[in-house]
Amino acid sequence: MTIRELDVDELFHAALNGNRRALGRLLTLIELGGSAADAIADQSFHRQHGVPVIGITGAPGAGKSTLTGQLLRTLPELGLRPAVIAVDPSSPLTGGAILGDRVRMDDVSGDHGFIRSVATRGHAGGLALSVPGCARLFDSAGYDPVIIETVGVGQVEVDVAGAADTTVVVVTPGWGDAVQANKAGLLEVADLFVINKADREGANDTRRDLELMLDLSHVSGQHQEYRPPIILTTAVDGHGVDHLWEAIVAHRSHLERSGELTRRRQARFRFEVMSRLNDHLSSMVDTITATIDDRSGRSPASLSAELLNSILAPDAGRLR
Amino acid sequence: MADTFNETRPIRVVLAKLGLDGHDRGIKIVARILRDAGMEVIYLGLRQTTASIVAAAEEEDADAVGLSMHNAGHLALAPKMLAALRDADLDVPLIIGGIIPDVDIPVLTDAGVAAILGPGAPAEQVVATVRNAVAR
Repeated sequence: MTIRELDVDELFHAALNGNRRALGRLLTLIELGGSAADAIADQSFHRQHGVPVIGITGAPGAGKSTLTGQLLRTLPELGLRPAVIAVDPSSPLTGGAILGDRVRMDDVSGDHGFIRSVATRGHAGGLALSVPGCARLFDSAGYDPVIIETVGVGQVEVDVAGAADTTVVVVTPGWGDAVQANKAGLLEVADLFVINKADREGANDTRRDLELMLDLSHVSGQHQEYRPPIILTTAVDGHGVDHLWEAIVAHRSHLERSGELTRRRQARFRFEVMSRLNDHLSSMVDTITATIDDRSGRSPASLSAELLNSILAPDAGRLR
Repeated sequence: MADTFNETRPIRVVLAKLGLDGHDRGIKIVARILRDAGMEVIYLGLRQTTASIVAAAEEEDADAVGLSMHNAGHLALAPKMLAALRDADLDVPLIIGGIIPDVDIPVLTDAGVAAILGPGAPAEQVVATVRNAVAR
């Protein structure tokens, strides 16, 4: 019997006993969605331990994968068993993808951790839709922590902040200036900043710009209890990665002490329920709108109100 | 039961260079060809070991493994790769691309290599070879 013939319960049983192939298969089923994915989501929910989920995001080429690879090398020495979800973009034209994050983490998978490459499959925002489900599966399968590495992002792809407990934003020297630092978006969701490639010229300028930005945030009332630290790293030789991990652990204790962890996990729970509802509703809407044309004589507003009624009370009336 | 979902899933292929062979122009072209055919390519790059390729194939739930070989090591390395996949109970096809002399092709296919792609293979052939190997 091959692994692809096992059902969800059998796969779970195997995965919990350390079968990585079974875990890989469960991740595939989550990505596919549908009833198997729902069954996996239920099982992971009831088995989860609530391990730290760390998001690593930043511009393309900032060094996210290399940094993640270094964490994968460090964490097993501390007795941890990390899992990585490495997201790369799917082509909007063909749906294909080159998932290349493992190139920077090549000697670290196997017994010490688990790396899964995930394509966005059409989802904007820096993650794939399946990422929260994959993170919970890793948690329930005994991995700790779960690291989510986003696609290379610009300014507004901040989904990771909704999926992770701790969001690390990676920038590089020369990446921008004080004005860039004060624009809305990505930098606002950072719990921690990393200036990677810190051996290059301009690292201190970048640090100064970020410090100023954080000062201004403080003035406007943010970061009163917790100020995101700025860590300098040179990921390619591992320099500063120990400091990064210490800062992640410190942020975790802040989350626990302040009650913020509970608040964030509540928000995430709500968000997941909402996106599932969205999925259900939009597939219902797709089915119904296939029959729409403008000959009914009704305005878009009245027609949509009528359709909404027919979704919420399906027996009450049908579109003629 | 799970197999019924496979139609909607992109084919996932692990591509790697095994051992000390730095010629990666070809494998990068193949990665791009497969991407453009709608597949998800998990690209491992240079200096991989049989163990790292097995780990990637397991963790990524790969449908196929592709190795690029340009240093005449295929007769030694391909059987090692096949054995490593077999030991891990991985029933994924192994496809080899690169400089493979004609006389060696039957040796490799008899050993269990699913398909071999030589230099200059057109994109359509690369894509069809992977699709066929996965479908079998």
